[in-house]
Amino acid sequence: MPPEPAPTDPLALAPARVHEAEGRGRQAFALLQAARHAGPLIWVLAAHAPHLPMLRGLPDGVGQRLHVIRPGREIDLLWAVEEALRSPAAGLVIAEPSSPLSLTAGRRLQLAAEAGRTTGLMLIRAGQGSNAAETRWQCAPVAGEDRDSTLHRWSLNKNKEGTTGIWTVHWNGATAAVHLVSAAGKRHGAAETPC
Amino acid sequence: MALRRRPVEGPFALILRSGNSDHLHCLTRAAEAQGLHRGMALADARAICPDLATRPADLARETAALMHLRRWIGQYSPMVARDGADGLMADISGVPHLFGGEDEMRADLHTRLERAGLSALSAIAGARGAAHALARHGGGIVPEGGLAEAIGHLPVSALRIDAETAQALARMGLPRIGDILSLPRAPLARRFGPGLVLRLDQALGSQAEPVAPEAEEPHFGVRMTLPEPVGLQDDVMTGVSRLLERLCEKLAHHDRGARRLRLELHRLDRETAQVEIGLARAMRDPERIAALFLKGVEEVEAGFGIEAMRLTAHVTEHLPPEQLGARAALRQEDALADLFSRLGNRLGFDRVLRLAPAQSKIPERSFLLTPAAYSEPEAPPPRTGPDRPILVFPPEPVTAGGIAHPGHPPARFRWRRMAFSTLRATGPERITPEWWLDDPAWRSGLRDYWRIETREGPRLWLFHTPQVPDAARAWFVQGEFA
Repeated sequence: MPPEPAPTDPLALAPARVHEAEGRGRQAFALLQAARHAGPLIWVLAAHAPHLPMLRGLPDGVGQRLHVIRPGREIDLLWAVEEALRSPAAGLVIAEPSSPLSLTAGRRLQLAAEAGRTTGLMLIRAGQGSNAAETRWQCAPVAGEDRDSTLHRWSLNKNKEGTTGIWTVHWNGATAAVHLVSAAGKRHGAAETPC
Repeated sequence: MALRRRPVEGPFALILRSGNSDHLHCLTRAAEAQGLHRGMALADARAICPDLATRPADLARETAALMHLRRWIGQYSPMVARDGADGLMADISGVPHLFGGEDEMRADLHTRLERAGLSALSAIAGARGAAHALARHGGGIVPEGGLAEAIGHLPVSALRIDAETAQALARMGLPRIGDILSLPRAPLARRFGPGLVLRLDQALGSQAEPVAPEAEEPHFGVRMTLPEPVGLQDDVMTGVSRLLERLCEKLAHHDRGARRLRLELHRLDRETAQVEIGLARAMRDPERIAALFLKGVEEVEAGFGIEAMRLTAHVTEHLPPEQLGARAALRQEDALADLFSRLGNRLGFDRVLRLAPAQSKIPERSFLLTPAAYSEPEAPPPRTGPDRPILVFPPEPVTAGGIAHPGHPPARFRWRRMAFSTLRATGPERITPEWWLDDPAWRSGLRDYWRIETREGPRLWLFHTPQVPDAARAWFVQGEFA
């Protein structure tokens, strides 16, 4: 059963809420969301995390708006995320907590996002999210059949105010535009009727 | 200054490097008694006095110390100016009677300086030139109308003329000021230029030369003494906001914005608590700064109560008045600066960063992490050449499996305990190390970068170091593509 054509963009995050993304492709998903949000971007990343966003590889218009906060401790990381969400300045706050988010922490972040009218996206490890999240995305890169395709499978596993779904998209990592791959129906069907 | 910090017995001198040899810059009485003098080469001085202790002179600190002394001399006169690198000139017209006369005033000055451990020479004269000359040659007080006699016996070099003119005068048999006082002016001016005559007139007082003190650097500090000690946090914050209002007014008057502020709380038991905050950008908005003090003030132990507060903006920046035109953009910028101030004060300003492009082909050095509070956003360079990954990390070795052509990516490999098989490889892109920088990570020589699409999904940035002999350990992962 193909998904119904939604009137709104299926990949848009609800504003002033905190969302979660997990899986190997979560950073790519975060960067697509960064390209789609206006205003300053804040990426909270623990100081001991080995990876960094690479300036030359970021989508257009993201590099000069991106700010990287590198707190030393986990508690400082959550505090920094809460402060960033509470401030009306940021367009999107991306954070990579390294320990499971408790329900209290998740709820506090939701309240902060509502107070500051800011959208948050937590890049969590598998199964470390909190129940307070508005949506949870499972993101994975997919091998493309032909040379020029960079496919991603983004499945919306949890949605507090809407339906879930699986989308296979072609996003080249350079712009804010994505192409939904039309063959998604096949995969969607397969996901619904596991055998 | 150096002597005060490290007292030494016996002869001591400060040395200054000029050209390619050290010279004595300043020396103690004990050293002078040994026959040393200012400007002497250090080698000569060591030959005369082998146990001479020396320290290098610090001219910047010396100037700063002179400026402090200038403020202190303000008790004798409102008009105090620097006079050369080592002197101060005060206009004391109408002041000496307050001290009981010129003699008493000079004695008072010397007593106080001596108590502070400074040796100084001073002179009081009716003209600036004469005072300058006399102060550097013994000092003294010149009575009214006695200028010519008082400076007549001094060498001509005391007249603030250049060394060449002084030498020429000495060669003509005119070594003392008294010798040229009696000579006709016109031939003197023709022979040595108008400079000599001008200096002579200034020394004799026939040419006016006012003392022009430099403008004081504005000091951004305010204080408040409380009639009753306070201990409640709200009371302290009220005091802080009152102080901030005054401080910000002062800052606005000088077109400055505070960058770092320090609040000193003096307790009743003579203890002092300090709260220091930094700001993500220069500002002078009392309410927004007060909010940042809240956390620091919370942590202060009030003890028996706080009786005085002192607030200084010790780091300031130029901040011209801004037109309040684009309201929305300005508000967002303000909000972001506030956020960075809050984050920076808890985490440290070196943890609130921004990505800045850098001129390097080396992936790790192709961008810099700069503190957001001290840099401006910069647009990254346009995309040219091969793709770059979205994430970069230190190289992680992969264990290659399967058969591959030499120099081509392995068909199968393991990385982070996951198995991957290569679907498609794009490359190579050869990056050579920067030979002018010795980077330990790049000692393995040049690198061939490949973009590998795996059947499992991830698109990885692998590189191969062809100059490493052990082919099995020559593949690394350094990034991940979108």
